[in-house]
Amino acid sequence: MTVAWYLVVSALIFCVGAAGVLVRRSPLVILLCLELMLNAGNLALIAFSRMTGTGDGQIFAIIVMVVAACEVVVGLGIIVALYRRRLPIDVDQLRRLHG
Amino acid sequence: MEDVLFFIAAIGAVVGAIGVIALRNPFYSVLALVSHLLSLALLFLLLEAQFVAAAQIVVYAGAVMVLYVFVVSYVGGQGEPLASIGPGLGGVGLVLCIGLFVELSIAILGSGLHAIDTDGAKLGPGFGTPGQIGQLLLTKFLFPFEIASFLLLVAAVGAVVLARRRRGIDAPDEPLPPRDRLELTAAEVMRIPRAGSQAESIGLGQEEKEERGGW
Amino acid sequence: MSPTTWAWICLALPLAGCLFNAFVGRHLPGERTAGWIGTLAIGLSFVAAVGAFVALMGHSPDDRTFTSTAWDYADSVGVNAKLTILIDPLSVYMMLVVSGVSALIHLYSCVYVWKDRGFVRYFAYLNFFVFSMLLLVMAGNFVPLIIGWAFVGAASYMLISFWFRRTTATRAGIKAFVINVIGDVGLVLGTYFIVFRGSGSLDFLDTFKHVQAAFPPNDSDLVAGCILLLVGAFAKSAQVPLHTWLPDAMEGPTPVSALIHAATMVTAGVYLIARMHPLFEDATAAADVGTVVGCATLVIAATIALSQTDIKRVIAYSTMSQIGYMIMAVSASAYAAGLFHLFTHAFFKALLFMAAGSIIGAMGGEQSLDKMGGFRRALPFTFACFLAGGLALSAFPLFSGYFSKDDILALIGGEGGWHWILYVLGYLGAFLTALYTFRMIFRAFLGPECKEARELRETGHIAHHEHPFNPETYEEEDTDVGFPGPGHYIAEQQWPMKVAMGTLAIGAIFGGLIQVPFVDDLVNVYLRPDFVNDPTYEKVINGPSDGLVIFGLILSAVIAIGGIALAYVIWVRRPSIAVAFRERFRPLYELSFHKWWFDELYDAVFVRPGATVGRWASNVFERVVIDGLVNGTVSVVRAGSSVVRGAQDGFLRVYAALLLLGLALVALWFLLQST
Repeated sequence: MTVAWYLVVSALIFCVGAAGVLVRRSPLVILLCLELMLNAGNLALIAFSRMTGTGDGQIFAIIVMVVAACEVVVGLGIIVALYRRRLPIDVDQLRRLHG
Repeated sequence: MEDVLFFIAAIGAVVGAIGVIALRNPFYSVLALVSHLLSLALLFLLLEAQFVAAAQIVVYAGAVMVLYVFVVSYVGGQGEPLASIGPGLGGVGLVLCIGLFVELSIAILGSGLHAIDTDGAKLGPGFGTPGQIGQLLLTKFLFPFEIASFLLLVAAVGAVVLARRRRGIDAPDEPLPPRDRLELTAAEVMRIPRAGSQAESIGLGQEEKEERGGW
Repeated sequence: MSPTTWAWICLALPLAGCLFNAFVGRHLPGERTAGWIGTLAIGLSFVAAVGAFVALMGHSPDDRTFTSTAWDYADSVGVNAKLTILIDPLSVYMMLVVSGVSALIHLYSCVYVWKDRGFVRYFAYLNFFVFSMLLLVMAGNFVPLIIGWAFVGAASYMLISFWFRRTTATRAGIKAFVINVIGDVGLVLGTYFIVFRGSGSLDFLDTFKHVQAAFPPNDSDLVAGCILLLVGAFAKSAQVPLHTWLPDAMEGPTPVSALIHAATMVTAGVYLIARMHPLFEDATAAADVGTVVGCATLVIAATIALSQTDIKRVIAYSTMSQIGYMIMAVSASAYAAGLFHLFTHAFFKALLFMAAGSIIGAMGGEQSLDKMGGFRRALPFTFACFLAGGLALSAFPLFSGYFSKDDILALIGGEGGWHWILYVLGYLGAFLTALYTFRMIFRAFLGPECKEARELRETGHIAHHEHPFNPETYEEEDTDVGFPGPGHYIAEQQWPMKVAMGTLAIGAIFGGLIQVPFVDDLVNVYLRPDFVNDPTYEKVINGPSDGLVIFGLILSAVIAIGGIALAYVIWVRRPSIAVAFRERFRPLYELSFHKWWFDELYDAVFVRPGATVGRWASNVFERVVIDGLVNGTVSVVRAGSSVVRGAQDGFLRVYAALLLLGLALVALWFLLQST
């Protein structure tokens, strides 16, 4: 399979993740969809790394994984804090802006 | 053979993705994502990225997803009510994302980058091996490597701060302190008396006050 | 010292007095120090005027024109505006009259406003007025003339509404000021036509020199300019149709009426025409307008004065009438005669007002003739002053008014042609003058004694009413700031009033002797240098034959004595005649009593429409259009911002959607770029 296939799959996964962010209301699931999008990006990077024959893309993908891990940590921490404070775990209800 | 594997992995990834967004119970969504990640690892293997595939399984599916499982079981997997009080973005969201996919496909398939239509460049012997990754990380990409580790440290500290209990580890899950002893946010510190908040200025302040209840 | 130096001193002293009183007057020791200082300033100013006169006389008659510039204010855009004074016989004549009569009135005022809370303010204003009037008469070009003109209008306003808590007074002040402003506009526009369309220079001497060259006779620009100047003169001198402010101006304190509205400010119009005589020589159409208006005013005002009951208003209409004589005279090129009458009129009119102030004091503030009577024995000195002034006003033989009024009428008759009509009307006016003047005097001083007169004669105390009141509307007042003080004074008891009135009485009686026909001709001779190049003037001076002059003298005497006798018969012997006459000729009486309905006419034509427009502008235009525009803009902005605010609602998914949409659009753009 040519590289194009992998890229199309990556695009598809990215769009599915985006749709999930727009449709779902639980912040947990939204974070999962964010993971989807990041993974789609990773796939594209690895595909391009294969295309060019260098390892740069793979390094980039590893760093992206690190970033995703950090983001998940913080995001889940927030969700836990929300739960602790008995706030609704629903992004539509968590819309009160400061100031 | 390769093509068959590709299709299995691709379909697995896509199905997993759709499962993440479609399943009501967040726990099932997490499981769907795990399967998606495993499929993705297979795709990485097909692209000769062995180390990354392994890292994907070990780190991502093995650690990050486990973290997710912990949190989902803590928070509880209450399903979302179907009616939303916010803007109904369901239909619009889907249309938007389908449009985005079409656009991206056009971009990819109509691209002037002819190398996309090939199988890829000729690969050297150590492509994708841990050795090559390690060498790149410690020479060419040393700086991002160090920054990434620093980022992990910051995230760890952030997690501790967010999850911290106010009055020590043995105190029970505290009831909410009375309103006047809540920690002040910056906005509350800088609040101009009698000027109200932006929400109040557009008429939202009053119902929010009733909503607050246990705030 | 040169005449101009004396003139500058004469001009500076009242200003110094005004500023001193304004800033320091309140802190001076003593009760009336500010008054004495104000009087001293004007007294010294009069001395300086005399000095200027003597210095002027020291030069030969051909060489009696001096100018002096203090400051070159602006020289650009074709305008060269300097603060220049012009000292020639005419301006020194006016300086003497103004400063002399003002000094006496200041002395009188030291008593009249004694216990008034606004004592210091009064003298500051009065000094300011004298300064402005002197600036006006000394002006050497149009700029200080217009400045002085405007200042005297302002001073008049400030002094008419001196008792500012009285609504009638403030309304009268506004009325006077508005009509004055109409005159100011006329003056300035006239200046435009004459200077900027003609002579090109603001200076008087330059303009007069070039007027012949710049304008053909009766050129439309010149006539327009002169008529506009006349508008200014009529407004200031209270001629028909801009006369309605003068009777209302009697709301001011009596010395103010004496100074401003009898002796000086209202004569500014006469001075203006006399000063601008080269222009009026050339624009004979405008001069004729002035003559006719002056004549009309003198008759109309005389008829109105016959029915008025407020003593000050009778004297005010009398002023209007006499100024009509003056305007008629100077417009018909009889300059010296008109100015001579100005001189004598200043004396006897100021005297009449001062005496009226005395009797009003005796009445405790009451001004109505209906309530007065029989003061002859209670106020002997005031009665004598009234007689002196009244006889002079009625042109009784050998008093000052006799010679001056006669001079005017003889010269007018001598011009021939349609001026005979003016001649006849002038004598009719003289008859009416005698009639109403002595009506006033007989009603106030002869006849049964009113209770105030009896109390004054028996006890020597001035009657006091329980509450102070407005003499026109009888509303109750108090005596604090903004209302008259509690003191009422009569000449018999106060020496400053006696001195001032006595001096004026001497002038009123003997002042005419400086220009007796066939005997001496001092005013004429003195003013001759001013009018020496005037062919019309020469013709007019030599116009009346000797026979006409003698006939005029005799006719004047007959009319004066006849008028006084008739007044005696009607108002002393048989008061019922007056009542019967009023009933039989009711329309005539109404016409006279309602002042020929001028006020009502102006009210209907100008005031009410103006007020309606104002109300419409305020309620409709301001509220709907202007506020609509302003608030409408605000509402549009608010609406727009609330629309935009809708994007910041806090919904995370909306933000995400917008992000993705943006991303898609950017990608689309790049896609399209690359094709």
